Amino acid sequence: MIPTNEVLAHHPREENWQPFLALATQEVFEIMLGSKLEPVSPNGPQTPVTQFTAMVGLAGQLCGVLSLRCSTQSATRMACKMLGLGPNEVDQHMWDAVGEVCNMVAGNFKNKLVGLSEHCMLSVPTVITGADYCLHSLADGGSLEVVLIFEGEPIVVALELHT
Amino acid sequence: MSKIRTLIVDDSSVMRKIVERSLRQAGLDLDKVLEAGNGAEALGLLRDNSVDLILCDINMPVMDGLEFVRQLQQTGGAAGVPIVMITTEGSESHVVQALSCGARGYIRKPFTADQVKEHVIPVLGGKA
Repeated sequence: MIPTNEVLAHHPREENWQPFLALATQEVFEIMLGSKLEPVSPNGPQTPVTQFTAMVGLAGQLCGVLSLRCSTQSATRMACKMLGLGPNEVDQHMWDAVGEVCNMVAGNFKNKLVGLSEHCMLSVPTVITGADYCLHSLADGGSLEVVLIFEGEPIVVALELHT
Repeated sequence: MSKIRTLIVDDSSVMRKIVERSLRQAGLDLDKVLEAGNGAEALGLLRDNSVDLILCDINMPVMDGLEFVRQLQQTGGAAGVPIVMITTEGSESHVVQALSCGARGYIRKPFTADQVKEHVIPVLGGKA
């Protein structure tokens, strides 16, 4: 087993991981939804009106929580694109679609970090719907966040790490 | 070419639909498609149904995909039926574990229909 310090030495966190997180997210949307995510424009919306929050836990050498936040409109579009259905047909599938996208982003991200994938397990996803909540994470090892535009709306992917 | 009876095991109903669609896009002529949300449900379905192909996630509640494949091998259930894992767990150790448990193929999420075709058609032999 590769010692944690050695792995982290090869991948200093905030400095080098953000592009991996962005790329992992872009790949999932492009391959599974057929959507190209765009960078945030300085004049456009920077954060979504969060109604869906999906979370996947990471345990092992990389320990923390990866989350994906988006609006109801974005969640609807994700489900529509994944299932090939119309907006009126996906009500019961939105939370599942957002959770699965988050799960794939987490897996794709950890698989990009050489040496970590072997020693990091993912939890099944959890999805919160609604905006009126506070998330109290015990993560104390820093965090990183990427905001990308999906069909004109921002989505936020964040990684909070435990030491 | 004969119709393929398939079991798709994944805790996400959305992902089960995507896998089914990918199989059809890969050109498979699907007959009955059974769905299970975890390994225990899948074992239950296989007591009463026979299938030609199993596609299975790894990370699932109740019973994960590796345990499902292990139990299937131990009990001799679905003997000779090819199992292909479809999962976000892409590490080499997971691939080795899955193959040593009895899986015949391994597809990492996210995946394209072409990747499904590339990994599934060979394990079906003459049935595809």
